[in-house]
Amino acid sequence: MAAFIMRLFKLSIPLFVIAGLTVEAQSPTKYGVGRTPTSAEITAWDISISPTGEELPEANGTADLGAQLFLEKGCAGCHGTNGTDGIAPRLVKRDVGVLDNPWDYGRILPIRSPFATTVWDYINRGMPLGAEGTLSASEVYSLTAYLLYLNGVITDDQMVVDQDTLPTIQMPNRDNWAQVPDWFPKEPRMKGYPY
Amino acid sequence: MSSKKTDRREFLKQGAALAGGAAVGAASQSASGQLAGPETFIQGSDDMVAYGSRSRFVTSKRIPHGGRHSPDTFGLDFHIATPLQEQHGVVTPSSLFYMGTTRGSYLPDIDPDKHRLMIHGLVDNPLVFTMEELKRLPSVTRMHFVECAGNRANSRMKNVQETHGMTSNAEWTGVLLSTLLEEAGVKDGGEWIVAEGVESVKGASTIPMTKAMDDTLLAYSMNGEPVRPQQGFPLRMLVPGFEGIFNVKWLRRIKVVDRYYMTYNDYGHLTQDPATAALGYQIGPKSVIVHPSGDMQLPGTGYYQVSGLAWSGGGKVARVEVTTDGGETWFDAEIRGEPQPFAHTLFAFDWEWDGSECELQSRCIDELGQIQPSRQQAQEFWNTPEGERLRVRGQDNSIQPWRVHSDGSVHNAII
Repeated sequence: MAAFIMRLFKLSIPLFVIAGLTVEAQSPTKYGVGRTPTSAEITAWDISISPTGEELPEANGTADLGAQLFLEKGCAGCHGTNGTDGIAPRLVKRDVGVLDNPWDYGRILPIRSPFATTVWDYINRGMPLGAEGTLSASEVYSLTAYLLYLNGVITDDQMVVDQDTLPTIQMPNRDNWAQVPDWFPKEPRMKGYPY
Repeated sequence: MSSKKTDRREFLKQGAALAGGAAVGAASQSASGQLAGPETFIQGSDDMVAYGSRSRFVTSKRIPHGGRHSPDTFGLDFHIATPLQEQHGVVTPSSLFYMGTTRGSYLPDIDPDKHRLMIHGLVDNPLVFTMEELKRLPSVTRMHFVECAGNRANSRMKNVQETHGMTSNAEWTGVLLSTLLEEAGVKDGGEWIVAEGVESVKGASTIPMTKAMDDTLLAYSMNGEPVRPQQGFPLRMLVPGFEGIFNVKWLRRIKVVDRYYMTYNDYGHLTQDPATAALGYQIGPKSVIVHPSGDMQLPGTGYYQVSGLAWSGGGKVARVEVTTDGGETWFDAEIRGEPQPFAHTLFAFDWEWDGSECELQSRCIDELGQIQPSRQQAQEFWNTPEGERLRVRGQDNSIQPWRVHSDGSVHNAII
């Protein structure tokens, strides 16, 4: 029955309104199995953040606020008060001055990542441990700003970081990483490499 | 619970003794000079109806990989290696399948009736599937290995479980991702997918559309039963021949996108060196001799079947060669069974051991003509300076040497 109704939907024209939610126009599929998600469902599920940040939610924060949250939300408990001396991964580069190759700061997300969006995305989907998904978008912006501030990526702890400014923050490794090769079936893994 | 089990065992022993004594044949039959049978029997019971168990004499088990405790302090890092040395065929039992994940000890406890897969992004028809709906669609059944990027042997490792245990092989059944993407209709510009799991960190990886449409498989069945929780129950993506991290477990969402998304998983895989990036993507040709291998003991001179596993991210294994003199002379090994693409393939070689010290190695040549290198060959290719510690770039597919001492003991011969 449900499948039958779905099929009717798929054969019908441009826009439907189901329980107040708009569903995009459908073209028929071969098997007619599965259902069309509502746009609200897609928005709720879609936590992917692209390097240019199109999916970032409208909200904002500052490093100053992030410093408070770092203590309040328990980040410091695992990462250390300064993000340097906890049992969880280190979050701040070592005091080594400015290096020619930012890669040499080590595997520290808020300095190595080519895009600030990846920092936002990871905090949003994976932190705090055991309470993932409890931070508001504003809190994620503030914590991201704080980690970027601790690493000297941004220098103003009052800078408003939001959906527009976050993707424009210039990470030191922005262009300093190797793309994976274009992949095609039945081709060796690297041209000129016999092994 | 345990005392009940003990009681039951005692009962079984007594029952078996009675049965042995009273039996007309079986255990005591030795009229024609046959060996006496087993001393005890396991009596069929209600417990044994529903789900079988292995012999109490079989004790093979997984071990933490790389000398680190799993789970770690946080209960997050969970890297456990499969006991290849106990295996003689190509299928890894699901219960012994390797596992490598960074939030692995917290397994999502998913009710399959409530699980959904969403496909959205740059598609004409976003779709949501239940598990039952996925099972209605045309399926394929294929053998595929999975291998962790950390499956990297070094001189400190003693046996094949330590050197190569971070790969396993299973029969998987599921629906091809291309079937679902064709249903959804990929729009122009849909060059990549981001695949995401349900676990606490919602691990996601960016995968090229060329691979997604070629042979990427969404598996709900593994070795004849539902995919196990440690392997992604109820739905796991298999990206055949790609490094382990791409094989997203507990799959819930696939977003078709127009660019590399630089997820946290992608970031974790990131390198500055284009060669390392290329070689850490599609796995190279690789093999290892399993029998005999490190920590084993040859009881004496004479005949041995040398056997092992070969695989490649390039497709099928075309040929495996074996040397018993440390690489001076190579012989074709026999491939047992029909090689499957991106699957562990069994090879074997007849060997007479004369009791002298020797070094066994195997190398895999795949259907693309890629050849498994020795560590020295890889070193020479990259002009690794003398004295610098060798690290094979990307996925380490170098040849594993095993040294057989004249006392029959077998040792890892990596320098």
